[in-house]
Amino acid sequence: MNIVVTVKQVPDTWAEKKLDPTTRTTDRKSVDNVMNEMDEYGVEEALKIKEAHGGEVTVVTMGPEKALETVRKALSMGADKAVHITDEALAGSDALQTSAALAKVIATLSPDIVITAAEASDARGGVLGALLAEHLGFPQLTQARKVTVDPGAGTVRIERQADNGYLLVEAATPVVVGVVEKINQPRYPSFKGIMAAKKKPLTTLSVADAGLDPGTVGLANAASTVLDAQPAPPRQSGTIVKDEGDGGTRVADFLAAQKLI
Amino acid sequence: MDAADFSEILTTVRTFIHERVIPVENEIDEKDEVPLDIRDATKEMGLWGFAIPEEYGGLGLSMSEEARLVFELGYTTPALRSMFGTNNGIAGHVIIEGGTEEQKRHWLPLLASGEVTASFGLTEADAGSDPSTLTTSAYRDGDTWVISGAKRYITNAPIADAIFVFARTNPAVPATRGISNFIVPKGSPGLTIGPRDHKMGQAGAWSSDVYLDEVRVPHTHLVGGDDGAGYGFATAMRCLAHGRIHIAALCVGLAQRLVDESVSWAAQRHQSGRPIGDYQLIQGMIADSVTDLYAGRALVIETARAFDAGSDTKVGPSATKYFCSEMVGRVADRAVQIHGGAGYIRGVPVERFYRDARLFRIYEGTSQIQQLIIARHLLREAAR
Repeated sequence: MNIVVTVKQVPDTWAEKKLDPTTRTTDRKSVDNVMNEMDEYGVEEALKIKEAHGGEVTVVTMGPEKALETVRKALSMGADKAVHITDEALAGSDALQTSAALAKVIATLSPDIVITAAEASDARGGVLGALLAEHLGFPQLTQARKVTVDPGAGTVRIERQADNGYLLVEAATPVVVGVVEKINQPRYPSFKGIMAAKKKPLTTLSVADAGLDPGTVGLANAASTVLDAQPAPPRQSGTIVKDEGDGGTRVADFLAAQKLI
Repeated sequence: MDAADFSEILTTVRTFIHERVIPVENEIDEKDEVPLDIRDATKEMGLWGFAIPEEYGGLGLSMSEEARLVFELGYTTPALRSMFGTNNGIAGHVIIEGGTEEQKRHWLPLLASGEVTASFGLTEADAGSDPSTLTTSAYRDGDTWVISGAKRYITNAPIADAIFVFARTNPAVPATRGISNFIVPKGSPGLTIGPRDHKMGQAGAWSSDVYLDEVRVPHTHLVGGDDGAGYGFATAMRCLAHGRIHIAALCVGLAQRLVDESVSWAAQRHQSGRPIGDYQLIQGMIADSVTDLYAGRALVIETARAFDAGSDTKVGPSATKYFCSEMVGRVADRAVQIHGGAGYIRGVPVERFYRDARLFRIYEGTSQIQQLIIARHLLREAAR
């Protein structure tokens, strides 16, 4: 099985996230950056498939130089090799541009399975998997809480998480699979894995290396633009109703005024 | 080891402890058991062999690196470290320090992967602080050794696949020279493991008595082979010196946790409408604990450096274990005091750590034994 898993470096989940006031893109410089937590489930599932059926796991990411830390983490968890698309010109790319760039590179890897997380914790677009499937011309299986691979038949069957149970869905490889958190418990990098990560093959690609048209990437060429952004207003303090015999009525009046009842 | 790799290892261990161990500390205490998934995760990460040389499947950390790793491990229940403490520490070091090349090649990879859990069988009911008086004995019968006796407080004995038993093989020579060490596998006829000790604290870290009634092991299980006979005591002392710095680092890790718990409580808990941290008498206790912690950490770092350099492998480890175990006792006591009534209630971390910390002044050499080692070594030097 040739498995590709996409990962993204994002601001630490617990950090206060901000937008750069001029570009209105995520400010990645003022915070600690980590591997998108959901991607850890994707990497774990890729490794499990490899352990069960053999093959190779390739990590693919697009991001600034610092994103190499996230690539290293995936390699230290056990992935075999990595591709890092990095170029100043890519800064500010939107989901459409990112998916086009990733798809172009992923296609050269001839994967049987491409694994993506349901979403990244920074932009929370949740569309990368679908866009990749479209670019690659692969079927897409989404919201997988369990993945079963049949290499002989060339199929992947998933349990697709639903509101009140799950759906069994199957597709022929090559396929894009989106996973949810329920699917597994990501492993911690082993000490030996950490020491081995630096020695694993890493391909770094610029816009030109990846064969991308410079006129289509980056903030200036993005299909979507953030026109305005405001920090969330501070929380208002609540209204305290002191019961002086009419508490119930006053609470009901308050709820009615908020159009809640 | 490469500094960046080692820093990544420390981050991974810290994350693991925060995400997986701290949330179940109370459960470990109540059930007296570390959950299996945590045990498995520690094996997969490589925590069972960090002190075992790289060529035998471990990580081969220097004492200075090990100390920094153990600072992290000490931040949570000592039961976590205890699972793999004997493999990396006193038991593993029996083979590292005293084993033949063949014994190293066979046993160390098994210990490093966690496939085998080993125990260090030195202490007896009447031979604890002075193990040279141990009475477990062994005699040779052809190609086998026959061992009889009883061991006490043997860490990990209830789950051990092998116990490294110290026994007297030559009663004719002075006490410390007639002791040898044997690898006694689980299930050997005549080997009985007693019920788990019911301890004051450190629940989840198991220990028990071990009884040997004419237990036979092949001559190949004599640690050190033909040359190992009579050298068991010297090996045991070297294992303990390494372990003392390890325990001291563990105390520092726990002291850091106790300080964090104390500070966070003092900032949140209110009396007379103000956080108790606003009161100077609370501030005094916090400052004393932080100062104790800093002193302990600096001492461990310096002692580990000297141990690696080979310039101090006896007095330093004892002085450090002595200071840090007493230090964490003081810090734990203040943490309970800062918490007030809550500090005496089950389920509050500092109550549990107060019980856990008490053992550090006792095992792997009591404070009093460390005092003797320190003073006698210097006095002996002066008398020369």
